[in-house]
Amino acid sequence: MLSRVAESLYWMSRYLERAEHTARVIKVQLNLMLERETEDDDRHWKRMLKSLGIDLAEVKEGEAQAVAKSLIHSTGSRSSIVSCIMAARENSRQVREQVSSEMWEQLNRMFIDVNRSSADEAWDVGDFLQAIKDGSHLFQGITDSTMTHGEGWQFIQAGRSIERASSLATLLGVHFREFYGKGAEPEPLEWIGLLRSCTAFEAYCKAYTADLRPDRIAEFLVLNPSFPHSIRFSADALETAMKQVGAEVSSRRSARVERIAGRMQATLAFGQIDEIMSSGLQAYLETVLRQCSQAHSALYQTYIAYPIEAALQAS
Amino acid sequence: MAGTVTQRALPAPFQDYGLDEAYDEMISADGTARPQYEHLYQALRELPASEFRRRQQISDLSFLHQGITFTVYGRKEGTEKIFPNDLLPRIITNEEWTRIEKGLAQRITALNLFLRDLYHEGRILNDGVVPRELVYSCKHFRRQMRGLYVRKDAYVTVAGTDLIRMPSGEFVVLEDNLRVPSGVSYMLVSRQVMKRIFPDLFRQCGVQGIEHYSQALLATLRSLAPQGASEPTIVLLTPGVYNSAYFEHAFLARQMGIELVEGRDLVAHDNFIYMRTTEGLRRVDVIYRRIDDDFIDPLAFRQDSSLGAPGLFNAYRAGNVSLANALGTGVADDKAVYAYVPAIIKYYLGEDPVLNNVETFQMSDPAQRHHVLENLEKYVVKAVGESGGYGMLIGPQSTAEQRDDFRRRVENDPRNYIAQPTIMLSRAPCIIDGKVQPRHVDLRPYILFGEKTTIVPGGLTRVALKKGSLVVNSSQGGGSKDTWVLH
Repeated sequence: MLSRVAESLYWMSRYLERAEHTARVIKVQLNLMLERETEDDDRHWKRMLKSLGIDLAEVKEGEAQAVAKSLIHSTGSRSSIVSCIMAARENSRQVREQVSSEMWEQLNRMFIDVNRSSADEAWDVGDFLQAIKDGSHLFQGITDSTMTHGEGWQFIQAGRSIERASSLATLLGVHFREFYGKGAEPEPLEWIGLLRSCTAFEAYCKAYTADLRPDRIAEFLVLNPSFPHSIRFSADALETAMKQVGAEVSSRRSARVERIAGRMQATLAFGQIDEIMSSGLQAYLETVLRQCSQAHSALYQTYIAYPIEAALQAS
Repeated sequence: MAGTVTQRALPAPFQDYGLDEAYDEMISADGTARPQYEHLYQALRELPASEFRRRQQISDLSFLHQGITFTVYGRKEGTEKIFPNDLLPRIITNEEWTRIEKGLAQRITALNLFLRDLYHEGRILNDGVVPRELVYSCKHFRRQMRGLYVRKDAYVTVAGTDLIRMPSGEFVVLEDNLRVPSGVSYMLVSRQVMKRIFPDLFRQCGVQGIEHYSQALLATLRSLAPQGASEPTIVLLTPGVYNSAYFEHAFLARQMGIELVEGRDLVAHDNFIYMRTTEGLRRVDVIYRRIDDDFIDPLAFRQDSSLGAPGLFNAYRAGNVSLANALGTGVADDKAVYAYVPAIIKYYLGEDPVLNNVETFQMSDPAQRHHVLENLEKYVVKAVGESGGYGMLIGPQSTAEQRDDFRRRVENDPRNYIAQPTIMLSRAPCIIDGKVQPRHVDLRPYILFGEKTTIVPGGLTRVALKKGSLVVNSSQGGGSKDTWVLH
């Protein structure tokens, strides 16, 4: 497979995951705002922005809500949902002959809908965000059932897993710093909000009942092996994808990226929540973020932007 | 309508289908349907209008959903437009086709010999058959190609020759497209759609298949592989998604099962070309390039090009990679050189051309220039190196201002222009606004030249969708229709 094609598939998937995650976080936040006191609005919006990885230094006092709004449909902001959908579509357009027609049509439809609804005055934010989540789920289903589960599909999995693991780590980090271990009353609404932001509320209740305890929530979202929106699950998926790609390309160079993905997976697989909490969840999440970015660079250096000299020697 | 010949009225739904001086593909001068159109003619009379609308919708939708688009330049970057496809087939008899096929094979053989000669001994120039200045002043002449050995002497591997039909019914060559002709994907897709929409009619008529085009193209490309490459790697080089023909590039690559690469995917090393894959570098043997000469290698041609691959030309010169088409083929489809093609055929093959040219006036010749400039409203004036309907003046449909503008342009740079008499292209029935109406059409068959010459029976029939218009280019409001060559 051409390196450029792998790159486009990888980013198509990352951007779509990012759009979906952003839509869900904003939707949960809008719901929570209904029950909060209004004087704290700016603080809450700021925290939400931070949990999406936005640099707060660039957000002026009292403008957090406006920035959050621009995250939905401003084409000027590169991290907005609209921009992410456009970028995902552009990436798949570059490799149209490599993705199935059904996939392209679905992404193209999302793109057309997004453009239309943001131009429409009567659009409803809630509906819009819901449509993004649905559209992304539909796309994943179409991808799984219409595309060969070969190398290209594995790069799509890798993109989604890296994006998901790192956005989960960012979200959890911000949330726990704000609400955990302050000694005050736990705020059940905030914890429900966190779980909902990861589509994890129902799944959590099934595993631990509705008894909301921060350390259990952390355990569930970081270490659970079978829940798709946990960091561990994403790390497993990334490791599998990298192994499969490595087997397919039968190249010795694949060792490095497999090692990094494997180490990240093992750290999570053998992690214990009490140890993690006592030695510091923040530090642990930072390690996860670092590993995600290492996996990303290793994937690039191995498959996409490798130096020509090295490739000539190997061949 | 201007020039309408009075004659008896045609039965419904052809009331508005007045004949004029142009050759009509369906109706002969006496008002009856030509034999090859008999089935279509009957179908048109029997099918209710609502049924046509329904089938037109099916056709439009399938083009829309497949995203069969082209890009119009000069507007907002990346304006994608659906290519309009007319529902009614254009039908050509086996006898007509046999002649076309023979003429095209003759023409491409002669043009390839011409190119080989130009870039080597230059016999035809020494013998004074084609003026030396004409060749050397052509902006598509590539001196870098002098003395370079081209595999199998196949300079033009893929050609798309534009034919038009004179009022007499004779097919003549309007121009040769020998650089990177496009449109073949529309021919193939339009056939798929037609088979779905008119299955019965298709069977009744007995139409020759064209689906083997992709296999024929692949086989032709494979035959050009450098010596020693037994399982050659063939790729299609595209300028990228913003190119007007990107849909076609992706389509052909998928049909042939080869990689669609961009310049940035290619790496030159030690006079070999590689592509960057996830497995590492993989050697490339044949490149079906859909990028113009100028942009293919910034080291050899335009330095500001980021579309090509630096070092490609040296690898080509070393014979380690084949290009289709070869570089520098544009000199043979220069509109001023076009006038010499009959002489070229005679010179190399000793035969008379099977397909004639349209009468052409050289603006570099003072007497011819004077004559044309005095009678501009009767002529079509074209810039010699342009294509796609850009840079031309259609005398009878022009304003005085446009004519003055062109007169100045011609006087400033006579070598760059030719003129041809305005020819009434033949007309074919189309469904316009739910009615059967005549529109002017041309025909572009695609010719493959490698170990042997292959011409799939058919081509792209382009339609000038505007009433009375003679310009069929997609960028100028043209559409297409399927072309049926009968058994």
